[in-house]
Formats: sequence, structure tokens, C-alpha cells
Amino acid sequence: MTMTEAATRGRRIPAVGYLVIDQGDPYLVAQECSSCQAMFFDRRNACARCGGLDFAPKPLGRTGVIRSFTVVRRAAPGVTVPYVSATVALDGGGMVKANLVGIEADPANIQLGGRVKLTTFVAGTDEEGTEAVAFGFTPA
Amino acid sequence: MPAEAWIIGAAMTRFGRYPDLDVIDLAAEATLGALADADASIQDIQMMAVGCLSEAPNMLGQRLAKQIGQTGIPIYNVANACATGATAMRTALMAIKAGEADMALAVGAEQMGKMGLLGNAGRSRPKPAGFTPSGRYGSVMPVEGIIGTQLMPGVFAQVGMEYANDHDGVGFEQFAKVAEKNHAHSALNPLAQYQKPFSLEEVMAAEMVAYPNTLLMCCPTGDGAAGVVLCSDSKLATLDPDVRHRAVKISASVLTSDPYTPSEMADFDVSTLTRQAAALAYEQAGVAPADLDLVELHDCFATAELVHYDNLQLCEPGGAGEFIDRRGPWRDGSTPVNVSGGLLSKGHPIGATGVANVYEVATHLRGEAGDRQIEGARVGLTHVIGLGSACAVHILEKAAS
Repeated sequence: MTMTEAATRGRRIPAVGYLVIDQGDPYLVAQECSSCQAMFFDRRNACARCGGLDFAPKPLGRTGVIRSFTVVRRAAPGVTVPYVSATVALDGGGMVKANLVGIEADPANIQLGGRVKLTTFVAGTDEEGTEAVAFGFTPA
Repeated sequence: MPAEAWIIGAAMTRFGRYPDLDVIDLAAEATLGALADADASIQDIQMMAVGCLSEAPNMLGQRLAKQIGQTGIPIYNVANACATGATAMRTALMAIKAGEADMALAVGAEQMGKMGLLGNAGRSRPKPAGFTPSGRYGSVMPVEGIIGTQLMPGVFAQVGMEYANDHDGVGFEQFAKVAEKNHAHSALNPLAQYQKPFSLEEVMAAEMVAYPNTLLMCCPTGDGAAGVVLCSDSKLATLDPDVRHRAVKISASVLTSDPYTPSEMADFDVSTLTRQAAALAYEQAGVAPADLDLVELHDCFATAELVHYDNLQLCEPGGAGEFIDRRGPWRDGSTPVNVSGGLLSKGHPIGATGVANVYEVATHLRGEAGDRQIEGARVGLTHVIGLGSACAVHILEKAAS
């Protein structure tokens, strides 16, 4: 094993750019418009709300409530079904869509308005051994 | 006041599967049908807008003209997701209102075949050799199904569940009742892809695709086309009395895109742009929701239809569950919705939909809808949503003469 391979093995990177995993407890980060405080998860050219050009990173709350969900039973190949997709209104502002994990994927078990907290899991490993870490929510 | 515009011809193919035809055949059948219905020929047409989501980049309009008449007129190939057909309709209407044409064609067509409910997303993807962040979200891998779902069945399921979160009396059964209604309505429509009624129990017991939408609560893929001939007020006055008598007035035509809302951080907002389009259309037409004799709205999934009752002001605010529970949108209810069978059972060849719903309403206003006729219909509304998003609303009225 070369030095480079050794350094690569066991490496963990976030599956998406708006998940921060290397600063203590994992959290989501939005791009917040410096003019109107609208928040976005994607790379921005300008603000969709006010046209402002300046943004600053805004760490988001790690807890929130379920605003909406679905239990998906027909999905793309390679995706384990059933699974729960939910939209979560985060404490302190912001909304995000993610899977509910650590819960049986049965509508009877999921409460609209129920409290959840952020969690992370390994979503895949590439040929170099790097693990992609994704996020989801679990009952709080 | 802008100049009035009129529909003088309308036609559609039956929606379904046509493996032995191509999309030009389907578009030609609808277009020639609309011209014949208007007692007009391609020589009378000064502008054509053709909507086809899959073939807009491939000059479908010109390929259609090569089959039915190359007269050198301007042809616009348009695409706007599931609002593609309605966008073609509105493009033709704008040409008339601008005075560039006094008679124009709007055509919508699509041949989807059996592409499956999930489209391209239903196919498998190769495993990446190495993770590299890419795209606007810095993703290192496809995250569909890993970080929530962005596919249509799940997105529209969540649209419905958000409404259930915000309002009492809405759940799986209310959503299922929408599909029960539209399948029942389609049994009267010979142009519908499916014409089979299902009981509420059958709807609820069907294969679950994305809770709360079962398979019978999801629109099918399919093939089909629809066309309408539009003309200006001044042109109408010169036409045969039989054409004038059957003319349908376009009282409102509105197209909106999704304005910024905070929830778009997580998901598409299909409600705000629909509410804005509806409010503007009612104002343009001078028509109130209670005046509507029938509505054809975008029931891509049963959950979507229920939410649009509220967005289009067909029920009391927050009262969509109560509206379906009291059978308000059934064909014998207070505001019949999707008497064609809707996308759920009439079918949804994407580009055709926004013209086909205009055909449906116009046919009722002309009193020519056969077994499914809403008696005495004088005012109707059409609505489509293209996710991403585009919303079109048209209000049509029976000619005064």
C-alpha cells in the first residue's frame, strides 16, 4: 500500500456539499442572502428572492418537525424500498427534504408534525475506499 | 381591454398507445381534425405553435407542416414540461392578440410509449470509480432515494401530505376518492385512454407507488395529440354563421412561473403559482369560481387534484377534503372537475394535455360532449402545471349568440 492509498482509505466525504461532517456534530449549511436572508442549498448566481449578489454560509439547526412525507415503494434500481422521504422544517429556520431513517417505513408510524433530529449514514463507497456520508432524520 | 380571441375548431386523438404510428401522425390527425372542425384549411392559418416536450428540439412543427401543408408561416416549437400544450395555446393566442395573425393553430402532441412511471430515473446507473463533488449541490453520487425523493410520484405525494398537515379532514381516503371519481368519469369518455370505473376500495387496495398515491392514483404514460384553431374577433365576424355559432370565447389566458417561496429550499411549490394564475384569470375574465360549470385541472396524481381544489378556489379555503367528501367535484356536483376522466384515466401524453383540456371544455360549451355533456355549460376553466414550474390557466365561455 502506498502512502497515497493509505491516506485515501478510510476517508469520508459528504455526499452533498451542504452537509458539514468535519466540524464536530454534523450539520447542514445554507447559503444565506446578505440582503434579504433567503436561504439556498445550491451554488448561487444571485438571490432568487431579491436579486442580491452576496451570500454567507449559515449553519442550520439539527432538529425540526415533519411537514410532509411519503413512503416510496416504487423507486430507481439500487434504491432500497420502502423508504420514507420527508420534508422537515428546521428549528431556527430553513427547510430540507431527506429520508427518515431508523423507523419502520409504514405511514402508521409517521406523525405529521412529529419531532426529528439530524443523523448521518454511509451512503456508498467508491473504488478508492472513500465513503460518502449522507444525512437523514430520525425521531427525536 | 385586449382584443377578444376565439376557438373555432378543436379536435383530439383518443389518448392511448399507438406503436404503429409516430408523433407526426398523431399531431396530423388532431390538426387536420381541428381545421375541418373550423371549416378552415391550412391555407387560412398564419401562425402555428406546436408543443411536444420530447420533440420540440427536433422541429416537430415543421415536420408536421411537411405532412399537412408547407405555407411558409412562422412556426414555434415550444416546451414547458407538463404545461407544454397550454404554452403552445398561449403562444398562438399572443400572436393573435399582437395582430400578427388572425387565424392560428395550437397543437400539442406526445408519444411516450411505455416509458414507465419513473421515466429515465427508472433505469440503473453505473457505479462511480471515484467520488468527485459535481453539480450545483456538490453531490458525489446520485442521491435520489437516499436524501429524499425528487421523482414525480413522491414529490406529488408530499404535496398532498403537506396539505394534510396544514388542514383537518384530509387523508388517504380523501385522495383516493379523487381517483375513484376520475376513473368513473372516464367511463363516459370514448377518447380516454382508460374507461374503467374502480371502487374506492379498489383504488385504495391497488399497488402502493408512493403513499398516499396507489397505482390507480397516478396518471399513465401514453400517446396522443390535440389541436385548436384560434381566430381574432375581427376575423370571426367574417366567417360562416355556423362557425360563429360554435365559437368559444377565450376570456382569460394566464401563464405563471413559480415565484420565490421559502419552502422551495426543500421542494417544488406547485400551489403559489397556481393560486396566482387562478386569481389573475378570474380577474381577466370577470368570472368568479362559483360561475364555473366545469373545470379540467392537472391531476397528474390524485394528491395534486385535491390540493388544486383549494388553489383554484373551487372550495372553501382549507376545505378540499370536505369538498371531495360531499362529492362537489363529481359530474353531478357543485363544480364538476375532470369530467373527461382527467390525467388519471383520460391519460397524459405530456405535450397534448394542455390543448386536450381546452378541447374538452370547448366541447362542453358547444354542447357536443355526448354522454359526458355537462348540461347547459357556459363557463369552464382549464389548468395545467409543469413541474419546475409553469402554470397555465384558461377560462373559456360559450358564445353569446
